[in-house]
Amino acid sequence: MTLNRRTFLGTSAVAAATLAAPMVRAQGKPRVVVIGGGAGGATAARYIAKDSKGDIDVKLIEPTRTYYTCFFSNLYLGGFKTIDEIGHSYGGLAAAGVNVVHDWAVGVDRDTKTVTLAGGGTLQYDKLILSPGIDFVDMAVPGWDISAQNAMPHAYKAGSQTELLKAQLKAMPEGGTFAMVAPPNPYRCPPGPYERVSMVAHYLKLNNPTAKIIVADPKPKFSKMALFQEGWNNHYEGMVDWVGEDFGGGNVTVDPAAMTVSIDGEETKVDVANVIPAMKAGRIADIAGVTDGNWAPVNAADMSTKADPDVYVLGDASQQGDMPKSGFSANSQAKVCANAVRGALTGSKVFPAKFSNTCWSLIETNDGVKVGATYEATAEKIAKVDGFISKTGESADVRKATYEESEGWYAGITADMFGAKA
Amino acid sequence: MRALAAYLAAAALAALPALADPGDVEKGEKLFQQCKGCHQIGAGATNRSGPHLNGLFGRKAAGLDGFRYSKSFQRAGAGGLEWHAETLDVFLENPRAMTSGTRMSFRGVKNPEDRTHLIAFLRQYSDDPANIPEADPTAQGIDHDLDPAILALVGDPEYGEYLSGECTTCHQAAGGDDGIPSITLWPEDQFVVAMHAYKSKQRNHPVMQMIAGRLGDEEIAALAAYFKDLEN
Repeated sequence: MTLNRRTFLGTSAVAAATLAAPMVRAQGKPRVVVIGGGAGGATAARYIAKDSKGDIDVKLIEPTRTYYTCFFSNLYLGGFKTIDEIGHSYGGLAAAGVNVVHDWAVGVDRDTKTVTLAGGGTLQYDKLILSPGIDFVDMAVPGWDISAQNAMPHAYKAGSQTELLKAQLKAMPEGGTFAMVAPPNPYRCPPGPYERVSMVAHYLKLNNPTAKIIVADPKPKFSKMALFQEGWNNHYEGMVDWVGEDFGGGNVTVDPAAMTVSIDGEETKVDVANVIPAMKAGRIADIAGVTDGNWAPVNAADMSTKADPDVYVLGDASQQGDMPKSGFSANSQAKVCANAVRGALTGSKVFPAKFSNTCWSLIETNDGVKVGATYEATAEKIAKVDGFISKTGESADVRKATYEESEGWYAGITADMFGAKA
Repeated sequence: MRALAAYLAAAALAALPALADPGDVEKGEKLFQQCKGCHQIGAGATNRSGPHLNGLFGRKAAGLDGFRYSKSFQRAGAGGLEWHAETLDVFLENPRAMTSGTRMSFRGVKNPEDRTHLIAFLRQYSDDPANIPEADPTAQGIDHDLDPAILALVGDPEYGEYLSGECTTCHQAAGGDDGIPSITLWPEDQFVVAMHAYKSKQRNHPVMQMIAGRLGDEEIAALAAYFKDLEN
C-alpha cells in the first residue's frame, strides 16, 4: 500500500494543528471531547487519557452518574444479577485522567469545533468522539411512541426501564401473558431480545408457570435461533410462542391504554408488553450532521465519520459494516479509534485496526451459548473474516463453562471501560 | 521531533497489510449474466431450472425446501457439503469436479479473480453478519505476520499494549480469575507456547483459537513481553 490520501491528510492535520496551537489552545494541549459514557465512549476516553499520560485533554460528557450496562440487564430480569451489580460509577475514569462532565450534549458545531451543553457551557474540541448508543424510530410500531414507555417499556436502554419491566413481570397475574414486540434489523444486540425471552421464561417457570410468552417478530430468523429454540423446548416447553415474519409477526399494532397487542389482525389482551421498536443512532449524531439515514457511516480504519475526519462515531450509532451492534463491538472499536486519535494528535504510533466481538447469551441456569467473530478494516467496511458459534446439543459442562466465561467477560469489559474497581 | 513521530505514524499506516481482494460486486454482477438463465437472485427470486440463490451462504447443498434436486446434489448435501466462499470457489471453477449428473450444464469460471467477483456478488444476498453475527464471513482473513516496516516494531511494548486491548475485553488487566483465567505476569515463553498451540488448534477453545489464529508471531511475542511484566 502506498501513502494514500487519507494518511497524507492525517499527517498534514497534525502539522496544521501544531502551527495553530498557540492561537486556539488555552492550555496548549490537544482536546478530545467524548459524548456518551457507555462501552464505546467510556473505553475511548479512558484509553486516550491513560495512554497519552496527560498529553491530551479528555472530556467525557455523560448525563447519568451511574451507568447500567445493557449487556447482562436480561440477567437482572431473570434474577441472576441485582440492579446494583450492573451499575457502574465514573470514579475510575476520573482516576485515569478523564474529565467527566455530567451534562447533556445538546449541540455540535463542526465549523467552530464546539459542543454545547444543556447546562449552558461550550466545549472546544480538536477531535470529537460520539458514542450515543441508540434512539427509537418514531411510529415504528403503530400505537407506540416514547410517551407510552411506562405502559409498554422497551427496556432497551438499561436502568429505570429495566427495573420497570421487572416490576411488571413480577406483577403479572397467574397464567398471564407477556408479549414482546421484537425489533427489525439492524438493532442493538442481535441475540438480546431472545436472551430476554429466555430470562423472562426462567422467571415465570419458577414464579408463574402457567403464564405465556408471545413474541411478535418482523424478522424471518435471528441470531443463535437454533440454540434458543432448542433451549426453549428443553427448558420452557409450551411457554414461548414465537411469531415470525412468515406468520405476520411484522404486522403489529399496540394500544398502550387498553394493553392490547394485535398481531396480523388478531388482538390479544396482555399483562406485560415489552415493545422494542426499530432503532436509529442516538440523537446527537443527527444533531452533529454525521448521519445518513438512521446511522452514521464511518471509515473502517479508525471509525472517523464519512462526513467529517475530526468526528468519530463508535458502537451502535455507527454504520461500519459487518460488526453487530453490541457492547463488545463498541469496546473493540473504541480501542482502534483511541489509538488513531492519539496518533493524529500527538504523533504516537498508529497500529493496524483489529476488531472482534463475542455475544454470550444465557438461556437457563448454567446454560450459556455464544457467537463470536473477528473483523478487518477493508476500504469499504469492517468485514467479517472468521468466527464461531456454540453448537446445539452441547454437554451441560460446556454450557456451564460458557456461562462462567460470560461472567468473566463481564468483569473484564466493565473494568476495561471504567477502570478496575477499587 | 513531532514531525518525525507523525511521519513514523504515517509510515506505519502506509505499511498496513492488504486484505485478500474482497472481490468487486459490480464485476460479479456482470459475470452473473451467464448464470441468470437458470438462477434468480435478489428480491422476489424464485426457483427456475436452478434453485434461487438467496441465502445461499451457509446452506447445505440441496438444502432448499421446494426444489427438486438431482440425486448427485442430494448425495453431496447428505455428505456434508455446505455452500461457503471456499466451497463455491471450488465448485464454480468446474461444477463437474464436485458433482456429476446434475442439470447444471455450466462449464465453470476458470479465472480465479472472476470467481472472487462472482462470489462477492452472490454473498450480498445471504445473511448480513451485522444482524446475524454467525453468518458467513464477507472477506478473507490475512496473515498477521507483518511486513518489514512493521516488523521494525518487534518487541515494542507499546505495540504489545495496543494489542492487549483485544485481550483485556475479557481477561482483566488487574488479573481477576473468575470464569476467564488471568493472563498477567504469565512467563513469556509459556505465553508464546500457549498462543501458538491455540493458533494451530492443538489447544481447545473457540474464542482463543479465533483470536490467536489471527496473531502473527511478532504480535504474540509483543503481547508476551507486555503481559509478563504487567502489574496491577
